[in-house]
Amino acid sequence: MSQSHSLNNQTPLEYSTEDGRLKIFGFWVFLGAEIILFSCLFASYMVYLHRTAGGPTPDDLFNVKEFMTETFLLLTSSFTCGLATHELRRHNKTGVIIWFIITLILGLGFVGMEAHEFVDYVGEGAKMSTSAFLTGFFTLVGTHGCHVSLGILWIIGILIQTARTGINPVTARKLFIVGLYWHFLDVVWVFIFTVVYLTGMVL
Amino acid sequence: MSNIKDFLLNDFFVTGEPMIYMADVSIVLVTIAIFVVLTYFKKWKWLWKEWLTTVDHKKIGIMYILAALAMLFRGGIDALLMRVQLTAPNLKFLDAQHYNEIFTTHGTIMILFMAMPFLIGLINVAMPLQIGARDVAFPYLNAISFWLFFVGAMLFNLSFVIGGSPDAGWTSYTPLAEKALDPGVGENYYLLGLQLAGIGTLASGVNFVVTILKMRAPGMTLMRMPMFTWSTLITSVIIVFAFPVLTVALAMLTIDRLFGGHFFTATAGGMPMMWTNLFWIWGHPEVYIVILPAFGIFSDIISTFAGKKLFGYHVMVYSMVAISVLSFLVWTHHFFTMGSGAAVNSVFGISTMAISVPTGVKIFNWLLTMHRSKIRFTVANLWSLAFIPNFVIGGVTGVMLAVAAADYQYHNSYFLIAHFHNVLIAGTVFACFAGLTYWWPKMFGHVLNERLGKWTFWIFVIGYNVCFLPQYWLGFMGMTRRTYTYPSGLGWMPLNVISTVGGFLMGIGFMIMVYNVYYSARYGKRDTTGDPWNGRTLEWATTSPAAEYNFANVPEVRDQDAFWEMKKSNRVKEWLNQPIKDIHMPNNSGRPIIMAFFFFVAGFGLTFEWIWVGAIGLFGVLITMVLRSFENDTGHHIHKEEVERTEREAGRIS
Repeated sequence: MSQSHSLNNQTPLEYSTEDGRLKIFGFWVFLGAEIILFSCLFASYMVYLHRTAGGPTPDDLFNVKEFMTETFLLLTSSFTCGLATHELRRHNKTGVIIWFIITLILGLGFVGMEAHEFVDYVGEGAKMSTSAFLTGFFTLVGTHGCHVSLGILWIIGILIQTARTGINPVTARKLFIVGLYWHFLDVVWVFIFTVVYLTGMVL
Repeated sequence: MSNIKDFLLNDFFVTGEPMIYMADVSIVLVTIAIFVVLTYFKKWKWLWKEWLTTVDHKKIGIMYILAALAMLFRGGIDALLMRVQLTAPNLKFLDAQHYNEIFTTHGTIMILFMAMPFLIGLINVAMPLQIGARDVAFPYLNAISFWLFFVGAMLFNLSFVIGGSPDAGWTSYTPLAEKALDPGVGENYYLLGLQLAGIGTLASGVNFVVTILKMRAPGMTLMRMPMFTWSTLITSVIIVFAFPVLTVALAMLTIDRLFGGHFFTATAGGMPMMWTNLFWIWGHPEVYIVILPAFGIFSDIISTFAGKKLFGYHVMVYSMVAISVLSFLVWTHHFFTMGSGAAVNSVFGISTMAISVPTGVKIFNWLLTMHRSKIRFTVANLWSLAFIPNFVIGGVTGVMLAVAAADYQYHNSYFLIAHFHNVLIAGTVFACFAGLTYWWPKMFGHVLNERLGKWTFWIFVIGYNVCFLPQYWLGFMGMTRRTYTYPSGLGWMPLNVISTVGGFLMGIGFMIMVYNVYYSARYGKRDTTGDPWNGRTLEWATTSPAAEYNFANVPEVRDQDAFWEMKKSNRVKEWLNQPIKDIHMPNNSGRPIIMAFFFFVAGFGLTFEWIWVGAIGLFGVLITMVLRSFENDTGHHIHKEEVERTEREAGRIS
């Protein structure tokens, strides 16, 4: 599959092969399942919100500066990930790699801050086993954090492949799919920001 | 040293039960026998190359079905043990704990490790052929799905001899299933075994959705698909939306048990009812996951052996879509008596009754398909015909249970037991046997013996009614489910004796079926045409068994019942003689089974709460995933000369 062939063609490279189209569609279906997974965690978290069993409440725990910074890091990383996809469409290997590396750095910053936040809470005596509210909190936010961590490993793997073999239908499809995944996690975080942190500070 | 010995004898190996020692011995003997046979006949390489590493949907389907039959055997033994214990009052055949374990494993195995894999196996065998595809969309993922199901089932079954079986029912209600009330590893086995198998099922769901939506032969519009393919599509959508709920519920209970969480505990703000809700939000759609493919199988078989187009094809599709939507809106009818209140109960009672409307429509469509047709009473069709009245009994008693006020009387009684066995056996199990008989020639190239099949059919169907009809009356007489014994003087014994006799009749029917498999392999009629039933759909357009590439040329579809139309308009010969090109196929891979092995290690480690073993297992999984990502696997081509040779040997081209 030559590069010029696809450039003349309006179809983006990642959609240029049957294999690419099937895998991208399959990933969308998988994201549908992920939405259900997070919905369950959100719904149960809401139910457990006030069941603090005499332990710390959301208001006692959450630190505005901390979760605002986390939000800023992750939302920016979603933007830079979008720029990487833009460069992918222009078949600019260096651009893709640079923007994805920036995405990675922001993602690592986010995961680092979240780990720090969790350690702080545990230090204050707010553990998984303290109350149903905290079990729900650590499970919901932790599941998102695990997803982001896995995404970081995944992006690193695909960047190595891109650096080795350049932009071709296979790497384009992989970069595009990991981009979808990253944006999805960003959307989930917007809900965590609203449902967990804002609701926790207001209610 | 004495510590280790103490642990092994008291916690690790299950000791003190003669039945379990027998199981230990038979497991060891069977394992040795398999090793000896494989080594003696030098079949190790064949096993690895042809089966364990395969990504061919037909072989994966056969492996699913084999595993499901083994699980049917195990679940069936559980059932017979329970029936023996309940035959007469005050029997001491099983004690309370042992009985709890057996009804738990019976239910879990029959639903998750028998019914679902059996149907997924039939889907794997038939669906890609029905749509004229050469494989599923993601063959490698398909292998991972199978091996995850397999190790999940093995992990669950291991509990019998190592560590102790789960004992909180297949619904595993909290707080009973929480650590405080149910210490030990039994429930952990349940949680992790189901988790592994569930992830595999979710992957299958995604795989089938993409396959059906994107890989149909040219001309096969959605409304020309065989009904079994339609049922697979709708089932797969339900899987994609329901299984993540199970994943979450199991993970939450695992967090409670392993890491001291409080989701479902009775203390520190936990809510036991949360589990009940999550479980049934998955659990009710699950019921339709095992019944819709059954409907699809019956539709195809009834129309084939009536020699007619399916009556009301469009309405059949719309009914299934309606059922799939409603299946998500009825979950609280499983616990009307657990305090939801009158308003909630009424809403869910009505939504439950509403499901009987599209289901009833389907029943009439099947009947009208047969109306004024010349029905061929083959074994596959007999199962389908028996399904209709038997399933209707289960359906009607289901509507009785849906009346929330009356449910207070039926709830947790043998009436309920009889009801759901009536829908699950007459629906799902009959469909599995019907589909197995129907597609057997497509899998193995010979037909199952009809005479032995009819023996199985009559003994099993009669046994099934003898077993379950008395249980409706037992329910009315006040016998509750999960009771391990009962005092004399209640008048329950005669009906229980009848029921037990029925159970053993079903067991005999199953044994005749197993013998039929052996008999037909040796003496059965070979299917040289590829079309033993004068079929209507595309799986009969290829050889039996189908070649690796399924179709030398992808057929062009012009109508519903695509192959029937080809035969009627004399297009078959012309299609077979089209020029053959190289065919692109995926490569086999040993990684799915290795990945599943690491999943097993992780599951086993977490079951015993050895977190480091769990971590090693998950790390292994991650490594296999990275290796896959870095692999440059573009598949291989079967050259046209080879395809031509295969087709010529099958007598399809000259």
